[in-house]
Amino acid sequence: MHDFYEIAETVSIEEILQKYPIAADFFENMNLGELDQKKPLADALEMADQDWIAELGTDVDDVLEQFADFMVALSSPEDDVFRIGSITIVGGTYKDGSPEDVELTVRTGEVLSIVGPTGSGKSRLLGDIECIAQGDTPTKRKIMIDGVFPDDEMRFELEGQLVAQLSQNMNFVMDLSVREFLLMHSKSRFCEDPEDIVARCFECANELAGEKFTMDVKVTQLSGGQSRALMIADTAFMSSSPIVLIDEIENAGIDRKQAIKILTKNDKIVFMSTHDPLLALSADKRIVIRNGGISKIIETTEEERLSQAVIEKLDETLMNIRNMLRHGELITPDNLQNTGGIDEITL
Amino acid sequence: MKLITISGPPSSGKTSVILRLIESLKESGMEKIGVVKFDCLTSFDQESYRQAGIPVEIGFSGKVCPDHFFISNINDAVKWGVKSGFDMLITESAGLCNRCSPHIGEIPAVCVIDNLSGINTPRKIGPMLKFADYVVITKGDIVSQAEREVFKFNVRQVNTKARIMFVNGITGQGAFMLAKHLQKSIDITSLDDMKLRFTTPASVCSYCTGETRIGEEFQSGMMKKMEFHPVKER
Repeated sequence: MHDFYEIAETVSIEEILQKYPIAADFFENMNLGELDQKKPLADALEMADQDWIAELGTDVDDVLEQFADFMVALSSPEDDVFRIGSITIVGGTYKDGSPEDVELTVRTGEVLSIVGPTGSGKSRLLGDIECIAQGDTPTKRKIMIDGVFPDDEMRFELEGQLVAQLSQNMNFVMDLSVREFLLMHSKSRFCEDPEDIVARCFECANELAGEKFTMDVKVTQLSGGQSRALMIADTAFMSSSPIVLIDEIENAGIDRKQAIKILTKNDKIVFMSTHDPLLALSADKRIVIRNGGISKIIETTEEERLSQAVIEKLDETLMNIRNMLRHGELITPDNLQNTGGIDEITL
Repeated sequence: MKLITISGPPSSGKTSVILRLIESLKESGMEKIGVVKFDCLTSFDQESYRQAGIPVEIGFSGKVCPDHFFISNINDAVKWGVKSGFDMLITESAGLCNRCSPHIGEIPAVCVIDNLSGINTPRKIGPMLKFADYVVITKGDIVSQAEREVFKFNVRQVNTKARIMFVNGITGQGAFMLAKHLQKSIDITSLDDMKLRFTTPASVCSYCTGETRIGEEFQSGMMKKMEFHPVKER
């Protein structure tokens, strides 16, 4: 750890900015742009108009302290080397109070789907994982991390870092191009080689998206599918959270199977709440929720995987029909026959 | 009784967060919770509290500086809370005028901001964010994970020590952890001898006392003048 008090006293602001580009944000935030850049921060502050500094609601010692805090907090990620091997869901109770007799351990690289009627409690389960419930949420579930129940301190420590979320309702709101957006995110993630990771994210997002896009397009102008593809690629490559919670991405117009593959390849645990049979069967297991509790855990069998191939065929057919629609073709029974896979269906 | 000050820009979701927070607190056994809403001229939030059966008082600063109004009434608010037998009193203020913060000494201070408010907003909000112990980010369910992370990073820039958490004001997701933190806060019966974390404006000028006319001759008291520079020829 550097001594930033010492740096503030001995290194010129100019050099600080060169060595730690993030420091520019500090001077902007504090409105301290008028300081003499050739001098160390401490000297520059002493020489500055003291009334001006007082007007900013601060004083020399306070600025130095804030500078040191800022540099410590922002020159390395707070969630450094944050890895987990597994999480375990220990059952609580159903909505009617009867016991939920479950203990389910999920390891990194595993994909679980969560299925169940609307309102059955899928979101509650995702919520329990997010806050690392310890019998203190309405479901009374408990969550173990790497086989232990975390104490309050560890829980607070992990807060907000354990889980990355993706859902159908999410949109980009920043007024930035794809490149600016990815660079900004990589800056906040303290990536060592931002250009490289940005390029990899971009490439991956384009592989997932049905229609290609460029680095210069604004993120707010991306189509639904392109946005979702960029979000998934970005989560896979840049988010530090070891768990990804996906809430219904079925109709996103992206290569869903590939998306899941990319996430698991990057050592994530993936939970996806879904009604899409293709997604549900591509998971290792699926959790069935009823009346607020886990009623069943189904391991995807070889037999089910065979069905998956049939569903994929159907999916492909539907995709072809969608494309016909896009290209202004007529959707007649004859044309349908030609899309393949449809011959068994009586028209 | 515990006291919590909650601030945040207009429409950031303060009232929703407080309502979800109170639900969470009640689920974990804290029974009597009251709210004091500080506002300037109008407010619609009292209705939401009343509908939820939460005792609420509302104060309008009217022609008085909202920050000065908050400070000169907060101790009476505490007395009202103690007298009403509350376990916790929550004050809600619309960030006053961004120049100030309602945060007091050891009293837990919460700032609510929303993910839709622009990526650099955390860097512009000022003392109510900078001096908060807990920064609650709302509306995270409708922006991307990346934007949540960048937003959090920008909050961290101005407040290196706060707990930063995401709360969904509609579903209440995240409110549970906020409740857990706030339950640990200190008990008080009065704010005597406690101090604000940041100063309020010192101005007492003719406009503070109701002057509306514009011009040198109507300006008296403590005034601060801007400097305007000639535009350079290109």
